[in-house]
Amino acid sequence: MLKIDNLTAEVGGTQILDGLSLEVPAGEVHAIMGPNGAGKSTLSYVLGGRPGYEVTGGSVTFRGQDLLDMEPHERAAAGLFLGFQYPVEIPGVSNVQFLREALNSQLKSRGEEPLTGGEFLKLAKEKAALLKLDMDMLKRHVNVGFSGGEKKRAEMVQMGILDPAFAVLDETDSGLDIDALRVVGEGINAIMRNPAKGVLLITHYQRLLEVVKPDRVSILSKGRIVRTGGPELAQQLESEGYDAVMEAA
Amino acid sequence: MNEQVDIQDREAKEAAAKAAEYEHGWSSDIETEFAEKGLTEDTVRFISAKKGEPEWMLDWRLKAFRIWQEMEEPNWAKLGYPAIDYQDAYYYAAPKKKVELESLDELDPEIKRVYDKLGIPLGEQEVLAGVKGAKKVAVDAVFDSVSVATSFREELKKAGVIFLSISEAIREYPELVKKWLGKVVPQKDNYFATLNCAVFSDGTFVYIPEGVRCPMELSTYFRINAENTGQFERTLIVAEKGSYVSYLEGCTAPMRDENQLHAAVVELVAMEDAEIKYSTVQNWYPGNAEGKGGIYNFVTKRGLCQGARSKISWTQVETGSAVTWKYPSCVLNGENSVGEFYSVAVTNNYQQADTGTKMIHNGKGSRSTIISKGISAGKSNNTYRGLVRVAANADGVRNRTECDSLLIGDQCGAHTVPYIEVKNPSAQIEHEATTSKISDDQLFYAMQRGLDEEEAMALIVNGFAKDVMKQLPMEFAVEAQKLLAISLEGSVG
Repeated sequence: MLKIDNLTAEVGGTQILDGLSLEVPAGEVHAIMGPNGAGKSTLSYVLGGRPGYEVTGGSVTFRGQDLLDMEPHERAAAGLFLGFQYPVEIPGVSNVQFLREALNSQLKSRGEEPLTGGEFLKLAKEKAALLKLDMDMLKRHVNVGFSGGEKKRAEMVQMGILDPAFAVLDETDSGLDIDALRVVGEGINAIMRNPAKGVLLITHYQRLLEVVKPDRVSILSKGRIVRTGGPELAQQLESEGYDAVMEAA
Repeated sequence: MNEQVDIQDREAKEAAAKAAEYEHGWSSDIETEFAEKGLTEDTVRFISAKKGEPEWMLDWRLKAFRIWQEMEEPNWAKLGYPAIDYQDAYYYAAPKKKVELESLDELDPEIKRVYDKLGIPLGEQEVLAGVKGAKKVAVDAVFDSVSVATSFREELKKAGVIFLSISEAIREYPELVKKWLGKVVPQKDNYFATLNCAVFSDGTFVYIPEGVRCPMELSTYFRINAENTGQFERTLIVAEKGSYVSYLEGCTAPMRDENQLHAAVVELVAMEDAEIKYSTVQNWYPGNAEGKGGIYNFVTKRGLCQGARSKISWTQVETGSAVTWKYPSCVLNGENSVGEFYSVAVTNNYQQADTGTKMIHNGKGSRSTIISKGISAGKSNNTYRGLVRVAANADGVRNRTECDSLLIGDQCGAHTVPYIEVKNPSAQIEHEATTSKISDDQLFYAMQRGLDEEEAMALIVNGFAKDVMKQLPMEFAVEAQKLLAISLEGSVG
């Protein structure tokens, strides 16, 4: 579904990704773990197409298309969703308005019928209930005045509404307490655990992986994947630490 | 004269052909009568005679003209534009009067087509088309300086509301006009207002009698239609004790190569417990991407809260004009009277706007709110200039000012110039100002969710302007949101 081949990328002239290769087939939840500065966030931004993150080599194929050739909104319409580590505030714009416009833009570019206001609200209510997010929160402005946990839950509601084929979730677990972590993790399972979908779950810690059980785990270090294994790799990292596991690699 | 008109018509058509860049850049083919180019006492007499005005009106105009001749054009605003040659402009152009119209159905189809192009909101379109049961919005069309048609006059009359072109009002209600004309904005007020007093072509008169709530939103569409024609609108709205009126003014103009001068005067009077809500969407031609052409918009708008507990709200969405000089103000004489100013001003390319408000607190316990949202893109300059003045005997005055600027790109400018003059120690004055840039984070976030770059920009900008947009009547708000997006097209990247 997602195939990254020998990807190199730089930010402000500094090389961050250094020959990264990774393949995630449909139906797989693939966790990426790694120490700070390994290039985890850069990977998610490069996949999303963020300006300033310059690809200098390699290729990314997404559902048979050249992902790197597409604008960010085209990638979204093609089914790629990015869960942000730091969701951005948009003052004066309600979540409902934001998501309805976004969803309808995606539907339009896929040649599908846009949703009416009523249809959209019904969908939003359903997804908000799934993530235990009060509908009133969705009427508030995008991420404005939200706590860290609320922002992450709101990201998941966005994901539920947009219903992407593939999600890249960048440290979705950061800033969450135990209860919120469970709600968000179960939300990811409910929305994305599907033989036709894929997830790249970028995380620092093992604890989210107890709720969202990955099929495979890769370790990212210095801009490349240094080791890939099963879920046990995450447990090994947790008990032995990055240095020991990477040295063993 | 006819030959000249033919030339003008041909030039107008040619200009229309070039209008592709500007949505409302077209010119329509209506016969126009011009006063000779230039400005002398004879021009003033010509205009007055053309309109069949009584002698007192001519005298009033001439008095203003003589004052104007002694005045100098102001230059304190943060604006730069080439000197205007006042002798090289036309001061009167009117569509040729054919027959008195019974209703809008009889309107010249050419003018109707123009309404369509203006994108008049659906409710009003239905009204214009004579659809049964259409929501009531009265449109007094100021077309090329002269009111061509007035709708719903009868129904308004039943409520006692007078809604006429000012020329008609001068003939039909001379006492009312005489009582208030020039009382809020005196003849000698400022260079552009004084010029307007001398040569105003037409405009609107609204009178709401005591205790009457005007049964519909009143709305006027202005546009400038003849090349090189200065446009000098004059609006006077009087709300008697305990009355209410909401008035909408919307503007577009066809594309022109030469700068056009527009100097309007709007006077509002609210008596005890009366309320006037005045909303404007201004979309005059801003000039092309290189800054050529465009309207010069020098407007004097002032409201007088004369009675106790009276209230005047100005709401404006300014996206057009090459140069804007405009400060809708409130003189708060009444005790506990209320003044409000909500503004969104967008400048792009080489546009310049110097706009804001004045809140003059003379009455005890008077309150005012100012919310100004300036959006600058391209190489434009956007200045907020506001005065809050509290008189020595005005106890318990409150003012809150919020002034936010949004920058798009790094070649534009945003400036905030607040003047605060307080002579009474009990006044509570708050002033907040912020400047922000549309961040790459916001744009990328919105695009990652599926919006293209211009949709993302429009969403963020409309969010920024929301506190003002929500003050607009519904049918105007939709139009205004589109306008913001259109004005900023091409400003990304």
